[in-house]
Amino acid sequence: MMAITAIIFHLCITGMLIHTIERIGGSCLILFLQQLINGLSVGSIYALIALGYTMVYGIIKLINFAHGEIMMAGAYIAFLLAVNTNLPFVFVLVIAMVLSAVIGVVVEIIAYRPLRKAPRISVLITAIGVSFFLQNLALVLFKADPKIMPELINKSPITIGPLQVGTVTLTTLFLSIIFMIALDLFVKRTKPGKAMRAVSEDKEASILMGINVNRTISMTFAIGSALGALGGVLYAVMYTQVFPTLGVLPGLKAFVAAVFGGIGLIPGAVLGGFVIGMIETFTKAYLSTQWSDAIVFGLLIIVLLVKPTGILGKNQKEKV
Amino acid sequence: MTKKMFKNYMVNFAVVSIIFVILSLMMSGGILSKYYQGIIIFILINIILASSLNLVTGFLGQLTLGHAGFMAVGAYASALTSIVLKSIISDLPLLLVSLFVGGVSAGVVGIIIGIPALRLRGDYLAIITLGFGEVIRVIINNIEITGGAQGLTGIPRIASFKYAYWIAVVVILVLYRLTHSKQGRAIKSIREDEVAAEAVGVRTTYYKVLGFAIAAAFAGVGGGLYAHYIAFLDPNTFNFMRSVEILVIVVLGGMGSLTGTIVAATILTILPEALRGFAEFRMLLYSFMLILMMLFRPQGLFGTGEFKWQGIYDRTLKLRKALMNREKKEAVDGSTRGE
Repeated sequence: MMAITAIIFHLCITGMLIHTIERIGGSCLILFLQQLINGLSVGSIYALIALGYTMVYGIIKLINFAHGEIMMAGAYIAFLLAVNTNLPFVFVLVIAMVLSAVIGVVVEIIAYRPLRKAPRISVLITAIGVSFFLQNLALVLFKADPKIMPELINKSPITIGPLQVGTVTLTTLFLSIIFMIALDLFVKRTKPGKAMRAVSEDKEASILMGINVNRTISMTFAIGSALGALGGVLYAVMYTQVFPTLGVLPGLKAFVAAVFGGIGLIPGAVLGGFVIGMIETFTKAYLSTQWSDAIVFGLLIIVLLVKPTGILGKNQKEKV
Repeated sequence: MTKKMFKNYMVNFAVVSIIFVILSLMMSGGILSKYYQGIIIFILINIILASSLNLVTGFLGQLTLGHAGFMAVGAYASALTSIVLKSIISDLPLLLVSLFVGGVSAGVVGIIIGIPALRLRGDYLAIITLGFGEVIRVIINNIEITGGAQGLTGIPRIASFKYAYWIAVVVILVLYRLTHSKQGRAIKSIREDEVAAEAVGVRTTYYKVLGFAIAAAFAGVGGGLYAHYIAFLDPNTFNFMRSVEILVIVVLGGMGSLTGTIVAATILTILPEALRGFAEFRMLLYSFMLILMMLFRPQGLFGTGEFKWQGIYDRTLKLRKALMNREKKEAVDGSTRGE
């Protein structure tokens, strides 16, 4: 406990140097808690996107570079619905998630399924091609300039004592946790979830057990894309903008998060997402905005060197 | 060197020289405008970058996603060298010295990154090189000597077509000789089966780092050429997408095929320019074609084979023989039926 207090105190000293704490008007601890909540909500978005990466990687060993673009697609669908209709936030969210899931499945069937037996790098390049394609499609359809996302969630902050927490932040955190629990229950308790785990364990054996592998893979893409779209909508609401390259940077960071926690592992993605979100928020708040990306990637390098399979990953014995 | 090999080299040298003469005549004659000259120089730079990546990804079998980082190191190192030296020495030695500095510094960075990173395999190596590439970019973006995010200006514009052409030829020649040497066979054995290679006494770590460093050095040379052609460096051009573009060239050309890389670099550099008429649909078509090419030819244009003049010669010979045989056979068949 002493150590933690000391660390907080130390962080506050540096924070004071950089931020001039008086402007915020609270004590050090308040700032720290505020950043903690920000970190959690950014982290929960990364975790949602990282889930898509990790599930797809777990099942077909593909780094799905198009995942960030699915997230962008979700954000644009939500934007269109919010501008053109008066639907409440929940419906906007559900429609965006369902449509993005459809996009994800279509991409899988058209671009990845024919290459099931091709060298893995060819599939990787195809994924990059799909990512380019979706990005440029958005560029053609919506033009390059950022669009302002309408206020889907009431933005008045909630005050808890001296703490001020944005509604967006809280909603993000709340929704992410709900969906993560739902995903966990789905994977562990239901039959399709069981099939998913079986296919990622051993594809040939699951065919022998009568599992429809292609359908299971499509389902994985659908769920991953829906979660990615949820992340995308929340990201767009949080930063109040949508633009064609929206998915690139959070996509890359979420991918880092997935690797960080152990790629292919669902709890790993959640842990990695929160860790990366926290690290990013705290380096931005206390150290430096410019160097925060370098610190995130530097940490990734260290984790990979020390434990290549990620924090939660198990080391695999090499078979000769 | 056998007589046949010597003959092949002479044929290739003649073809390369003829292409050079034709292109430079077209440039001096005004048939190829400045715009086309620029595209040709970009093709040459992409050939250097992609063939160097092919050494790591195609011949060594290690997937990396941070090649733009080495390109950036080479570009900045050579640009800074030539900015310092530009008042002292003349064009060609200046270009050679600065490219040498760029290549060596990228190679050194390659060794520093390669030693820890190459312990990892497969996707993990790809991810860690991605991380290193991004770290290099952020560092360049934030230190003063490189001009930071404003970019680096004042680089002499000395990379003309003729220099770029012959440097690309030398790079390809060195890589070709390397991959067909004892070291090259060791490198290819790692691609085929790392454990087996180690078991028969190939020093896998040494050859992996060697291949990685050579590739990084040539990427540095490519970056140096880029710097001296554009004469302005923006750190954000060396982002993850740049690494991906280079990788796409390698995979499309065929991993382990240098001639494939040359063809793919030419196609993929011209394609976005040729599609300019489609305005905003340009990149959409480009990515669509990329997906189609991968779907219908996942092993790349050339696979792991090389294009050889000897191959065409052999094939025509074989074809002619087959035709003659068939004619003979038909004649025999006809005569037997007639009886």
